[in-house]
Amino acid sequence: MNATLAEKVMGRLAGRAVRAGEMVEIAPDWTFALDDGIGLIDQNFRRYGVEKLARPDRIALFYDHYAPADTPLHAQMHRIGRDLFERFGLPRERLFDVGAGISHQIAVESGMVLPGQMLTNMDSHTITIGAVGALGCGIGGAEMAYLWAHGKLWFRVPESIRIELVGALPPGTCAKDLVLTVLGRLTARGAIYNAIEYHGPALAGLSIPERMTLCNMGIEMGAKFAVVPADGVTRAHFEGLGIAPGEMPVPDAGASYRAQHRFDLAAVEPLVSAPSKVDNVHPVARFAGTRIHQAFLGTCTNGRLEDLADAAAILKGRRIAPGVRMVVTPASRQVYSRAMQSGVLQVLLDAGATITTPGCGACAGMHQGVLAAEEVCISSSSRNFLGRMGHRDALVYLGSPATVAASAFTGAITDPRSVL
Amino acid sequence: MSATVQCEGTATVLGDDVDTDIIFPARYLAVLRPQDQARHLFEPLGEPLRHQVIAGGVIAAGWNFGCGSSREHAVTAMLGAGVRLVVAKSFSRIFFRNAVNNGLAVVMDEALAGAVRDGDVVRIDLRAGSASVAGVAHAFPPLPPQVLEILVAGGLWAATTGQPGASA
Repeated sequence: MNATLAEKVMGRLAGRAVRAGEMVEIAPDWTFALDDGIGLIDQNFRRYGVEKLARPDRIALFYDHYAPADTPLHAQMHRIGRDLFERFGLPRERLFDVGAGISHQIAVESGMVLPGQMLTNMDSHTITIGAVGALGCGIGGAEMAYLWAHGKLWFRVPESIRIELVGALPPGTCAKDLVLTVLGRLTARGAIYNAIEYHGPALAGLSIPERMTLCNMGIEMGAKFAVVPADGVTRAHFEGLGIAPGEMPVPDAGASYRAQHRFDLAAVEPLVSAPSKVDNVHPVARFAGTRIHQAFLGTCTNGRLEDLADAAAILKGRRIAPGVRMVVTPASRQVYSRAMQSGVLQVLLDAGATITTPGCGACAGMHQGVLAAEEVCISSSSRNFLGRMGHRDALVYLGSPATVAASAFTGAITDPRSVL
Repeated sequence: MSATVQCEGTATVLGDDVDTDIIFPARYLAVLRPQDQARHLFEPLGEPLRHQVIAGGVIAAGWNFGCGSSREHAVTAMLGAGVRLVVAKSFSRIFFRNAVNNGLAVVMDEALAGAVRDGDVVRIDLRAGSASVAGVAHAFPPLPPQVLEILVAGGLWAATTGQPGASA
């Protein structure tokens, strides 16, 4: 046996052994849609007269991109989704309505998607599910409508890139700085149509939330999947949820890879991705002193309890700088609840932060923290494209939760190690 | 307007890493009809460049065209605006899929994309793998047959149902 994890998982779905480069027609284990895409599914269903769904038990819908609705049109999209669920008799508990949080966050924290499963979602960041040894990739609206109606869709089996991680992260750095290190070396086009597999002894020290951050920005390198093959950490995650994780497939030792890379975590330092390309990665120190207007903490990249706690550790007993607004968006209701119970939210509130409804928040420039022209934002999110978070003349720097908090405190981009 | 095997237009040259936030900002994701989406195509680039792209109908780009979000609107807004062809050195995976599955002609070829200058008339034959750029002939490897047939049919739904594609 010499299969990569992508070859194994897609081979299982195809019912035969498959190799990188092959085309397969398969039924992914999960087919998710979101509030920003359900309108397209409904439009296709009405146009083509779809009256029956192929695999209704594989469907879930999440309201995360603009919940609660901020415009009548967005409210209408929410209504379309609820109506569609009713029309097709889909179970209401699979519609994660306003306030539930981000799809892939919920999929991990609830244990919904198991190791070795394949998830397709109308969201490029669903690659995040790789944190639990599963394969997630984004697809479009016509495709998802087709999958819901017909069950199967064409996919290409990707070549894989093997990334070996050794060592441990130094104080003041986190998984975000690690993934920015990887992105800086591989570049935004370094993994197009590839699956990134993470391996190596450092993984034993990386938790599921850290692995989510690591896998999340695989899409920023162009990857189809980014995955940490299941191990003891993965098993403990599912057992903690009272869920049997099943067989937990892993890649074979003799699998072949398009490329191999090695990173020593001990060499990681606080980094930012500077405007307006994701792979414009530099040490935070290079931009130290750049004045900011907004600090944004949240998203599927870094909106988890651990991320909020990292920020709270810096902001405890402090106030954010005058003239700076700090927006905190927990990734899910569970994150929100735990951050409240643990006192993390109180610390952030006392520091002057604004806490919003769980979801994607300001990341995509739709609501809850949109930027004006010539404003600068330090953000824990994953994309700094021109116009991404609002006006096309706003600038977005991407950094770790600690860098976001340190910068909110001083009012300028700040290396978190200088304020710890 | 389903994609045809042959198409032509006047090229606008864009650079590397053209992302979906530039092509179609997320705040318009609830706009569902391609002809309505067209109003927001390349909005962050400003009106003159936006109109040049739409008038010419052909985009030539560098590496990693369409990177970022999974939003299909990036493709269907082009169809709604009458953009007929994107030639690039490489595409992001999701944009490429969305193009095929909605019937937007895409050609991925480094030499061909690199040969196009702003204002060149570009003609291509998707099935033959042949192109002309300002009158100079080029060849490119055609898409795998099963993918090509979906694209030329006008997308996934059109290929399956025989009805017009979502952008018709």
